[in-house]
Amino acid sequence: MTLRATTSQTVGPFFSIGLERLNRAGLAGPGIAGERVTIEGRVLDADGVGVPDAIIELWQANSYGKYAHPEDPQDKPMEAAFQGYGRIPTDEDGKFRFATVKPGAVPGPDGKLQAPHIAVSVFMRGLLRRLVTRIYFPDEPGNAGDFALSLVAPERRQTLIARKTPGTDELLKWDVIMQGPGETVFFDC
Amino acid sequence: MSNLPGYRRALTGTQPEYLHPAYVSSRKRAPAQPLVYLPHTLSEITGPVFAPETVNVKACDLTRQHSGEPLGERIIVSGRVLDEDGKPVRKTLVEVWQANAAGRYRHKVDQHQAPLDANFSGHGYALTDSEGRYRFITVRPGAYPWGNHHNAWRPAHVHFSVFGPAFATRLVTQMYFPGDPLLPFDPIYNCTADESARQQLISAFDWESTIPGHALGYKFDIILNGREATPMEK
Repeated sequence: MTLRATTSQTVGPFFSIGLERLNRAGLAGPGIAGERVTIEGRVLDADGVGVPDAIIELWQANSYGKYAHPEDPQDKPMEAAFQGYGRIPTDEDGKFRFATVKPGAVPGPDGKLQAPHIAVSVFMRGLLRRLVTRIYFPDEPGNAGDFALSLVAPERRQTLIARKTPGTDELLKWDVIMQGPGETVFFDC
Repeated sequence: MSNLPGYRRALTGTQPEYLHPAYVSSRKRAPAQPLVYLPHTLSEITGPVFAPETVNVKACDLTRQHSGEPLGERIIVSGRVLDEDGKPVRKTLVEVWQANAAGRYRHKVDQHQAPLDANFSGHGYALTDSEGRYRFITVRPGAYPWGNHHNAWRPAHVHFSVFGPAFATRLVTQMYFPGDPLLPFDPIYNCTADESARQQLISAFDWESTIPGHALGYKFDIILNGREATPMEK
């Protein structure tokens, strides 16, 4: 028997009533190991206007590079209190902000380590199907040889790399530009 | 580490294009650049796991979340979450939200001139069982007008959010009702080119899940991407 995957539909404008229960902008509670980072940014449409009815979901490994999932075969420390999942709706200006720990490196398809990254799903009214992207970290030596970044045209790679904020190591900026100049790279996943 | 198999991709036409001009909101929110094909890695074949203790009875019965019963026609919406090989997707989180029987959402942005129902919040969640089954008791949502074009109406629908076993299997969709005369005119329902893929969004009236004297049953199975048989390519 071969079935066919159900087709996607937009989350529409009213998703918060069904999805806000799982809103989670703090991924790492006290006691979770790793370098603390806060990432903030905006979701912008083709006119550069903030999207007030978008929601982003995050999926990441812990700081050791281990996913809280039964199929991760790596012999690395698990942390019971770290799920690695986040869900953040944008505010009326299209802004979002979340705090986590920087994930460790996880293996790529050739067994070589990927640079630390957070997998991101983007949903919004007007978007008929989820978009997938990734957040990478600035000043990360592994970015140069990263498997997924190398699939992207060099001039567009910076859309996937969070930017540093002058005067602090803890706050990073990363925007989601839906269309037009500086358009974020989205993956067929 | 040995290579773990990835998940299958959608066949052409069975998922919507991002730009669907008839759905006006897609025009400025659809990417203009083509997507970059990403072979699945450990990051995509893993995904969030939700524990059974996060689920309770009231979460699956949208008619019992307040002191009184909501207005409208009580219905049972049930089905299975399966992969493309027909295997049940077990213990996966299913979230639903919908308008009330009058076609109004309990949301500040919804200004439709239809009454709110103090006994209906319009959201619920469940974990599938060991056979991939889920079941919600709710009321049949009303159709409602929206601003997409002149005299635009959304057919009655229930929003579904499903995680599946991996980041790669995440799905948000909408369930419709059989025989709804608004379906041919709805740009959201019609955003997917393949007709049979669209029809998969329409629930089936189901005597078996009907509760005599209480509620009619509708069946809606959700199919998530199947697994590749062979290991991921190098």
